Amino acid sequence: MSIKIKDVNYIYAESTAYEIHALKDINLEIPDGQFIGLIGHTGSGKSTLVQHLNGLIKATSGRIYFNGRDIYGENFSMRELRSKVGLVFQYPEHQLFEVDVLSDVCFGPKNLGASKEEAERRAKEALRMVGMGEEYDKSSPFELSGGQKRRVAIAGVLAMEPEVLILDEPTAGLDPRGRDEILDQIERLQKERGITVILVSHSMEDVARYVDRMIVMNQGQVRFDGVPREVFRHGKELEEMGLAAPQMTYLMQALKDKGADVDTDATTIEEAADAIEQWLKG
Amino acid sequence: MLRDITLGQYYPAKSIIHQLDPRVKLVTTILYIISLFVAKGIAGYAVATVFLVMVVKMSKVPFRYITKGLKAVIMILMITVIFNLFMVNGEVELWRFGFLRITDKGLRTAVFMAIRLIYLIIGSSIMTLTTTPNDLTDGLEKLLGPLKKVRVPVHEIAMIMSIALRFIPILLEETDKIMKAQTARGADFESGNLIQKAKAMVPLLVPLFISAFRRANDLAMAMEARCYHGGDGRTKMKPLHYESRDKMAYGVSWGYLLLMAVLSFAQGFYGVMLL
Repeated sequence: MSIKIKDVNYIYAESTAYEIHALKDINLEIPDGQFIGLIGHTGSGKSTLVQHLNGLIKATSGRIYFNGRDIYGENFSMRELRSKVGLVFQYPEHQLFEVDVLSDVCFGPKNLGASKEEAERRAKEALRMVGMGEEYDKSSPFELSGGQKRRVAIAGVLAMEPEVLILDEPTAGLDPRGRDEILDQIERLQKERGITVILVSHSMEDVARYVDRMIVMNQGQVRFDGVPREVFRHGKELEEMGLAAPQMTYLMQALKDKGADVDTDATTIEEAADAIEQWLKG
Repeated sequence: MLRDITLGQYYPAKSIIHQLDPRVKLVTTILYIISLFVAKGIAGYAVATVFLVMVVKMSKVPFRYITKGLKAVIMILMITVIFNLFMVNGEVELWRFGFLRITDKGLRTAVFMAIRLIYLIIGSSIMTLTTTPNDLTDGLEKLLGPLKKVRVPVHEIAMIMSIALRFIPILLEETDKIMKAQTARGADFESGNLIQKAKAMVPLLVPLFISAFRRANDLAMAMEARCYHGGDGRTKMKPLHYESRDKMAYGVSWGYLLLMAVLSFAQGFYGVMLL
């Protein structure tokens, strides 16, 4: 199960006054089971790119292969693609519509042709996975708190049991605790099920802690692609794109500039603490 | 898909027409519409054509954009032409098939009616294409100002209009987003019979309604937080005032209407000679 993106270009509102070249010659390969962070400033094309991956947007030019099959090919079923590549949009809680939480989460699997029982089984599993207890199954999705609504919405996509899960800014507008909970749950899910997760974000801190590969986009192009610490070495360039390396990277860099011989690749507080300890011990 | 709908269809460009005061454009549009109903003969329509072509050229809006508006009314246009073609009775019969007959007068009326309708639509699209919705409501508010004396809530009406116009693209975008989100969850908006299609709209409409109300609430809150209390004593960031080009434009528009009136009058005198 892999996704291959080849020379993809996308132009919004082609040949009008509002024309925007949103994606320029994107080439990427996404193998199985990776936890990927897709980073970019607002308008860098990251949301546009992920919408290509499940066929919601058709590329102006270029090809996308899912498991080696061309998704724009004649015999390719978009429905099947969408069942395998789950996409959670920004502010997904805005798409809730059912009378109760359980039926809302059932919407996805039912659309895929699952029976009522099967859909409910999957929905319940997905809801527990995102930490929504049974007591919420019958409550109206509109009575929940913001963080709970978002979890229900994420469960709505999880219930489709995708092989690739894409989350577009899943933590936008959440408080730090809600953010950590959701990201922890996603990480657990990725480990347990071994699915591919693509996390779209503009927060370096979020991404640095979880992902094993980082793709940085700017003005519709892929600028960096590698493991986080490798990417963070380009602090200057990241800043020019309106992004920033994690705060720890700056701290370690500042220490080094002052003459401390520390490992500047540390990105999380824990890593930084270890690095400083090591240096103090000599 | 939804992105292609051009409602409140402003076309950004730098042209003299774009720069004109919205009141001038509103008044000129009305004058132009009047002139089309005043016009009688070929000469009148020729002048109307010249005027329209000039304005279109000056606006720098691609012609393709302008004709887009015509697609929506093509049915009305056809019906009008067909009715006039067969129903108007003239002296000279050109064609006959059973009870259907086309006469010289019918043909002429049909052609002129079609031209009149097309020019009407092009004329008013030029106004909306070159004026931002906000400018338009500003201009309307100012033009209707005198009605305040008879207790017409002009400012409120203008405010409602500009909010409504402002929300059209927002709600379109929202619709697009929710549609995509539900499609990603396997929803199908295209296939199925009428009932299935209507049912498929529920996952789209419910979130859309909720979002519309949420946005309306937020906006009301934001307006109250900024002490909005209606039009009394409210100043504008960019008050409208006439420049010399606006005065000139007024001159041209009134001159044009006068010319059309004279032509139509002359037509009355010489009748058939000018057709």
